Parts: sequence; C-alpha cells; structure tokens
Amino acid sequence: MSNHDQPLEQPLLRVTDLAKSYGGHAACREVSFDLWPGEILAVVGESGSGKTTLLKCISAQLACDDGRIEYLMRDGVMRDIHSLSEAERRFLMRTDWGFVHQNPREGLRMRVSAGANIAERMIAVGARNYGKIRGTAEDWMDQVELDPARVDHQPNTFSGGMQQRLQIARNLVTHPRLMFMDEPTGGLDVSVQARLLDLLRSLVTKMQLSAVLVTHDLAVARLLSHRIMVMQGGEVIETGLTDQVLDDPQHPYSQMLVSSILPV
Amino acid sequence: MTENMTSSDLATQMIQVRNLHKSFTLHTQGGIELSVLSSTDLSVSTGECVALMGPSGAGKSTVLRCLYGNYLPQAGAILIRHKGHMINLVGAEPRNVLAIRRETLGYVSQFLRVIPRIPAIDLICEPLVTLGIDPKAAREKAAELLTRLRIPERHWALAPATFSGGEQQRINIARTMVVDYPVLLLDEPTASLDAENRHTVIDLILEARDRGAAIVGIFHDEEVRDAVCSAQHHVAVPSAQDGTQMNEMNSGDKQDLAG
Repeated sequence: MSNHDQPLEQPLLRVTDLAKSYGGHAACREVSFDLWPGEILAVVGESGSGKTTLLKCISAQLACDDGRIEYLMRDGVMRDIHSLSEAERRFLMRTDWGFVHQNPREGLRMRVSAGANIAERMIAVGARNYGKIRGTAEDWMDQVELDPARVDHQPNTFSGGMQQRLQIARNLVTHPRLMFMDEPTGGLDVSVQARLLDLLRSLVTKMQLSAVLVTHDLAVARLLSHRIMVMQGGEVIETGLTDQVLDDPQHPYSQMLVSSILPV
Repeated sequence: MTENMTSSDLATQMIQVRNLHKSFTLHTQGGIELSVLSSTDLSVSTGECVALMGPSGAGKSTVLRCLYGNYLPQAGAILIRHKGHMINLVGAEPRNVLAIRRETLGYVSQFLRVIPRIPAIDLICEPLVTLGIDPKAAREKAAELLTRLRIPERHWALAPATFSGGEQQRINIARTMVVDYPVLLLDEPTASLDAENRHTVIDLILEARDRGAAIVGIFHDEEVRDAVCSAQHHVAVPSAQDGTQMNEMNSGDKQDLAG
C-alpha cells in the first residue's frame, strides 16, 4: 500500500457488502457505497429501514456481521476499521470523526460546563494550555451562535436547540474529517431547525467536511446533501444525486416517499 | 466517457445530445408510463443560443432538466464539454455531475429555491466562493449584478423568502449569471419580469453569448426569443395513441413558429 502507485483521488470511506442482523432479523443487507472527501451523503428511509444501524456500524459503534468498512487514514492509507486496535479506533472517534446524535444528551456531558464539553475533545488531542483551551471553547461557542459568556454554564440550562449547537461545537473543535449525523434536527422546533440547518450547511462547506447524514426528512436531505441513498427493509434500493433522486425518483418506494411530502 | 473530437470544426461544440429517451413510470399511480422524449438530438456550439420550441407539455423543461443531470434519461447520451473534454452526463458519477455543474453548467430554474435565513447577496456569492474566488471580489461582482437587476440595496442583506416573484426570479438569474459558465440552461428566465428588467436579462444573455457561452433556453416571450436566440429546436408533443412515438424536428435556422 505505498502512496506512490495509488490514484490521487481516493474515497474517504468505503463500505463493501455490509450486513448486520439482530437475531435472524436482517437490519442491513449488502450495503455498499463510497464517500468522497467533501461529500455529504444522506441516508433516507422510514423508521425501521436500517439507516441508524448502518450509521452505527460504519462509525464503529456496533460490530457488523459481514462486510468491510475502510477509512482513509490521515497518512493516506485505507484501513479496515475493524482491524484497528481499540486505542486506534478510540483515537479516530475522538478526533478525526464526529458524531451528532439526535438527542444532544447522548452526545454531551450534562453535568460539566459547556466549555468543558468542548475542551474534552481538545484535551484528547493533546491541548494542555488552560487559557488557550478556554479561548478556543469560547470561539467555538460563538461559531455555533451560542453566547460565549455562558461558557461556564451546564448544558442542562440550555434549550434543546442550544444543546444541539453545543454538541456540534464539541465535535467540530478537533477539525474532524468525517461527521456522522443521526437526525440532527430531529426533536427541534421548525424555526430552530432552520437555524441549525443553515449553520450546519455553512460549517460543512467552510471546513470541507464529509458526512453521512441519517434523516427521514427529505427537505433536510435536499438542503444539506450532495447524494442520497434510499433504504427500505435494510437494503439500499436507490442512490444518486440528491436533486435527481428527489425530482425524478425511480424506485416505487422512493416515489412513494417523495410524493408523501406535504406541500407547505 | 471522454470522447475526443477529431475534426477541428467540431472543437467549438459544447453540447451534444444523441438519441435521448426519457419516460416516467408513475408507480404510485398504477404504474402508468409517460414517454416524454424519444430520440432527441441536439447540438449547440459556443456562442449559440438555441430556443426550445413547442406547446406546454411537449417536454421542453424535461430536456433542460436532463441536460442538468436532474432527470435520469433511459437511453441516449448527453455530452457536455467540460474542461476541454466531452463528458457524458448519462451514467456519470454524482460527484462528476456536481463538478460539471460547479464549473461548466449554469441553470436558471423557473423558481428560486429559497434557503432559509441566507441573505440574497450571499446566495449570489456562493457559486463564486465555491469556485475559490476571494469572498470580497465575489461580493463586488454580486453587488454589481444586483444593481443592474434593480434590486434595491436595502434588500441585499435580506433572505429572499419574502421577495416578490419578479425579485426572486432576478435573484435566481443573478445566482447563475454571476459565474461565467461555458454552458447555460435557461428555463423561462424572464417569465415574471417587467419590461426594463427583461431588457437587462436580454443584455446579460447576449453578453454571455459574446463571451462564447453555449445556451439552451425556453423563452415564451417572443421579443426575448428574437433578441437572444440563434436557432430553434422543436420538441414535439407526445402523440396520444402511441406514447413511445414522438418526432423531433430540428431546424438549424430561425423560423417564426408560434410557441
């Protein structure tokens, strides 16, 4: 695997024939896709279609039964994430990857301050200077439109939308290359959703992030993603350019999904 | 997917559509199949502007959407000259389609897709910034276009959701015209504009032709069409008896046929 003979362009993430079942019930079957640097891939489908299982498998939170998940490490080498040591995998998860949970309480420590939530990931990559850490935490609060004056407040005292933005700041502070997002605008009011989407959209462009975004909301997929993968019953039934899949869906199930959107 | 042109007079060809077929299968409505385009051929060179002609429902917008990679054709080829090579959009990887859109293909849709909270001027800068243009220079170019299109400066910092139809259309035009795309696809760019703004848009299209852009458009307004187009292409209405049979008549020279 020398860097020399490889083509310049490589996918950041390559998933091949991934399968996962829960006691005989197949949650994911034969899922294969490439994610390219700077690309946002939306995984859409109804609940139970296997999209969250897929996200958990590819982000190493869940062991899969079959298939390969390869990630382009910073040294330019594709490695199967299941062949990494536990320490290597943890390091990836704390630095190179970010994970935005639908419920921010799953992604935050609720008993420590907002600043400490952001600092934790910085310390994981070796930051030690207290003043610098605090300054960076405040700066990130500002970037996600949180008042930096609240750096010492616990996330418990934040609204749902603010907690979600704090979760995003906590993830982005290490400049990850890949984000996994599970219904990031899920439990939020529509106006808060719009603000968060706009923020995600600009941060993703500015930081050249790649992301796998699980959502059942096709409007969110249209706004944020370049490409869509439609899942049904654990299988990928259609994939393509986001606007093409939404404007000219081919599969009966995708057509049903698109035609079920209520016009505003 | 790269085709090299052998003859030098073909070197200026920007769009080449061959034997394009597009039908829609409506699975949610009993699997009805609608054949819209069958064996469409079209070719456009630099500096040319081809008007798609035909009554409502003939498939004019479908042609444009196929050319933008927004609709998936069943068969045929859509070659677009991208960075000197003719690339087939049919069957291209999504990221390649996006690269072609970013640098080569500009598309003015009929309606502006509003993005919540983003100011009009930022919407217009965005395609330039994506291409790596300095944000300040992008802003200047956007401001210049907004001024030409008579959008009052006090509106520039507002999100266009609340703008009038005509203003939204001008934002939409500016968002595309701000980049000097080699290929432009225009879907009724002047539909809801007043005379003054219509003339500005005519000027913008003529300037694009002058710099060598290849343009395909739908222009219901005869005045606009006469002013900007160098050729017409007729898209036939699908026949009622046989959905798969449709004849395309491609006339290279200008004819005065009612649209």
